[in-house]
Amino acid sequence: MASLLLLLPLLVIIIINLPLRGIRRTAIWFAGFICLLQAALVLYHPLQSWSMLSTFMETFLSFKISIDSLALVMLLCIALVELTAILVANATIPEDKRKASFVNLALIILIGMNAMVMLSDLFSIYIFLEIVAISSFILIAIKKDILALEGAFKYMMLSAIASVAMVAGLALLFMLAGGTSFSAIHAALAVSSNSIIAKIAIGLFVCGLFIKSGVVPFHGWLPDAYCSAPTAVSILLAGIITKISGVYVLIRLVISVFGFSAPLQNILMLAGIASILVGALAALVQSNFKRMLAYSSISQVGYIILGLGCGTPLAIAGAVLHFFNHATFKALLFTNAAALEQRLDSVDMDKMGGVAQKMPITGLTSVIAFLSTAGIPPLSGFWSKFMIVLALWMAGNHLLAGIALLASILTAAYFLSMQRRVFFGKMNPSLGSISEASPGLILPMLILSAIIIGVGLCFPFIIGKFVLAFNSIV
Amino acid sequence: MSADFTQLFSLYSVFIVLVLIAGFYCIIASFNLVRALIGIEILMKAVTLLIIIAGYVTNNLALAQALVISLIVIEVVLMVVAGGLILWIFRHNETIDTRKLNLLKG
Amino acid sequence: MALDILLLSVLVYIVLWTVMTTRLLRSVMGLALTSVMLTIIMFRFNAPLAAVFELSVCAGLIFVIFITTVSFTQRVSKERFEVRRRERFEKFWALPIIIILAGAFLFQVNIPLNFQLPSVISSYSVNSVLWNFRQVDLLGQIVILLAGAFGVVMLFKEKGK
Repeated sequence: MASLLLLLPLLVIIIINLPLRGIRRTAIWFAGFICLLQAALVLYHPLQSWSMLSTFMETFLSFKISIDSLALVMLLCIALVELTAILVANATIPEDKRKASFVNLALIILIGMNAMVMLSDLFSIYIFLEIVAISSFILIAIKKDILALEGAFKYMMLSAIASVAMVAGLALLFMLAGGTSFSAIHAALAVSSNSIIAKIAIGLFVCGLFIKSGVVPFHGWLPDAYCSAPTAVSILLAGIITKISGVYVLIRLVISVFGFSAPLQNILMLAGIASILVGALAALVQSNFKRMLAYSSISQVGYIILGLGCGTPLAIAGAVLHFFNHATFKALLFTNAAALEQRLDSVDMDKMGGVAQKMPITGLTSVIAFLSTAGIPPLSGFWSKFMIVLALWMAGNHLLAGIALLASILTAAYFLSMQRRVFFGKMNPSLGSISEASPGLILPMLILSAIIIGVGLCFPFIIGKFVLAFNSIV
Repeated sequence: MSADFTQLFSLYSVFIVLVLIAGFYCIIASFNLVRALIGIEILMKAVTLLIIIAGYVTNNLALAQALVISLIVIEVVLMVVAGGLILWIFRHNETIDTRKLNLLKG
Repeated sequence: MALDILLLSVLVYIVLWTVMTTRLLRSVMGLALTSVMLTIIMFRFNAPLAAVFELSVCAGLIFVIFITTVSFTQRVSKERFEVRRRERFEKFWALPIIIILAGAFLFQVNIPLNFQLPSVISSYSVNSVLWNFRQVDLLGQIVILLAGAFGVVMLFKEKGK
């Protein structure tokens, strides 16, 4: 089943690029179908016919891929956010030919991310990381306006520096281990863990990953890239690309390869707290909706890194749950931004006000996303933040737990300010007569809100099983 | 590790670090987009050399060459996409001077 | 050993020239020369496949790409050129000094390479490694070439066509 997740999108790319008439119009439906298929495969895990098909494939190709529970959560995230991005692209990109271009690259990103979560070899993960990065540069600049080109170029520069750091670290680890698979490197690090070469290698690699995930102090490229990209692309970037390329790889490596050494944990926790605070404080003063969402992303990624740095199974489970939650509520918020852009032609919050009177569904779903981000029960965000703060407290980091909790208040503050300026409050007279967003945008908003509410309400029933699954990994 | 290999590795790693410094300086101190690309190229060549050294020292040149081949493919595609971006920036601005690229206040 | 030092010094010299020269086209030529030096060093280490790949792909293709990109820039007049040359010199005079100082410093530093080399006895050839053990890498290369192809189609098209 695992290799199918890589090969099916490739097959679809080939199909939609065949020189047949009218095939481009169906491209977007193919892509949506693939994402739904992936989500279904993850949720209803082994199906009889699928395993027969996959053993047939395994006779030809032997990819060394494996899926464990962490990978399953990630695959579900990927499927959800890709589906949202494709639906939003369907609604916001006007012509069919450009929709087909978007879909081609979105499918390549899908292959890249699926491969990243399923592989256990460091260099192969790097290759697919580069695939995702290069496709995202092209996607950011797809409309070719100067703002997007600059954002894409800045992102590309920093991403290339991160790649160089990662390959340098990888080369040193290769020298220590004689191979690049997780098991080889883990064994080598266990043998020679006090060698300075090992420390330099790990440090370089983690620095590269920090740049890719937009963690303070390497977050300079993130607001520009998120803000200047077309909104369908921002959904992909914020919801999935930054997080899987950076944060997931970090989680996987720290758990399986590098191990939890004290200096590494301290660095992670420090970077996490700094990201939370810098992101929240910067988001307070923004007047561009998408830019505010970008800084909010930095802040939420800080929570995930903080949870990872703490190291206990509860903290890691909280971090992974927050990963999933952030994907859903950030995708929802960017969909709202797309709706605003579609009807108002701008994302400048100073020009808005009282939009909810004309766009009620957009307003309501944005309130749900905001409550989840700020960690208000009983929505999903509350559980993940609660788990992280509780794990920090239980591990003895009282100060950090306190700061994380207070930062939730900051989160609530900037979101409340956003709600007042955009959706509620006095209606801006220059708005004129706008209507609710198109049905193509309302559909993903409703799906995502349902997921946020559903996960939040059902979580107390599955929390035991969830944390137990992570005990086995850590 | 045998003394011979140790000496070799130390020698090469010093020079690789020097090339990395030169590459970083090129990226940071240049006002021209194409020069920033050249800086990235220099950096990637340095790490290519590092992989080969690592492969030689561990007697695993087959794997090292496979890694280098994949890395070169990635490098080429990155350069092509970067070239495309620069082309469009030039078409918009009539210049590739980075001092004129200040629309984003990031 | 002496040959190593010579090759590496030439490499660093070419890199310095690439970074510091005023004309952009010479910079690109310097980059191609760096590829050639790298190829020679790789041949010396008995890594022929990677060396040939590097030479053909990088020194050739990147050269072509850069020339195409660079040919879109403007021609500068004589006075502008002198101004630029002085600007460049002011910015970049520090670099050779930094390189020499860093080199001297790093040669003194004695990093204890106290790690255990893995006992790997691999008698595989590059071809068998790529085909049998690292098939995912091959899939990755196919996908990245596809991504590059899409990028070229999307980025090099005229606007509004």
